[in-house]
Amino acid sequence: MSDMMDDMDEGGEGVVKKFMFVNRKAPHGTIYALEGLEVVLISAAFDQDVSMVFVDDGVYELIKGVNTKGIEVKDFSKTYRALEGYDIEKLYVEKASMDARGLTEDDLIVDVTVLDSAEMANLMAEQDVVISY
Amino acid sequence: MKIGIMVSEGPYNHQASDTAYLFARNAIEKGHSVPRVFFYHDGVNNSTKLTQPPQDDRNVVNRWSKLAEDHGVDLVVCVAAGMRRGITDDILAPGFRISGLGQLVEAGIQCDRLVTFGD
Amino acid sequence: MLHIVNKSATERNSLESALRMATKGSAVLLIEDAVYAATQGSVAAAKIKSAMADVQIYALGPDLDARGMSSRVLDGVKVVDYGGFVDLVTEHNSCQSWL
Repeated sequence: MSDMMDDMDEGGEGVVKKFMFVNRKAPHGTIYALEGLEVVLISAAFDQDVSMVFVDDGVYELIKGVNTKGIEVKDFSKTYRALEGYDIEKLYVEKASMDARGLTEDDLIVDVTVLDSAEMANLMAEQDVVISY
Repeated sequence: MKIGIMVSEGPYNHQASDTAYLFARNAIEKGHSVPRVFFYHDGVNNSTKLTQPPQDDRNVVNRWSKLAEDHGVDLVVCVAAGMRRGITDDILAPGFRISGLGQLVEAGIQCDRLVTFGD
Repeated sequence: MLHIVNKSATERNSLESALRMATKGSAVLLIEDAVYAATQGSVAAAKIKSAMADVQIYALGPDLDARGMSSRVLDGVKVVDYGGFVDLVTEHNSCQSWL
């Protein structure tokens, strides 16, 4: 990888950790969704076991039918469709978060696995690294 | 233990950078190492030497610089997030460097823990 | 797993989400504005109390002090300093910050 500080050199090669990126913020109101997505795309180059989860307002990131022309901001919702090309295929959505927002899988721009809260909690608990926005 | 840190908010507006610093200092005092602090989102604003807080306030930026100097903490500012916000090499405070997002993922891989401080 | 919450529970839903995802035996640490939830009389106190059956709740002492809330902490909530925060991070296999 890179010229890391000395005490981080050992043991870095070949390590595969479970990374979970937790998306809890709606897009556009703040930049977290967009910049969060940028980290996920970069992580693909590191051959880690990556999951991306959408809970709370994060589920709004995946909604279909977005038109950002009027707010003069880039529409990055299409990028979620490109994740597959980066071998990031583990996308999970919490059912309770969708329900609370009147959404179903049909409203989402990508195929996801819907988990109940207990399943999501267990998935989170088995991760090595959890990065949240 | 090696503990990596991500800071997602700028100084002063939010407590995140203060909490992250106090966490890092205490981790080092307890014998752990903090190999890297990664500054992302508005967190990149922690890195500018142009910061001038009032005399009677803490200097968040200098505090990070001192931690880097005293304990070899690698203070990494995300290049993409930094460029969006006007953070460039010529305004970096001592101890900070600009690099890619890969440095965050790498810290996640190589540290035993990664702790996020943000809003 | 350690769940770290830093948002006031009367302003945002971070605490609620953290408690929903905290598996039995995990720990929840309240820092910054989240510490108000661990105080007597807060509307969030009921959530904290019912969660205590399954998870250990911690609150960051310096944040309680800074907010004038140290004398109001709920029974059963363990107050830790920054060193204790570090210990919680190292004692648990991973951590998640509910920003």
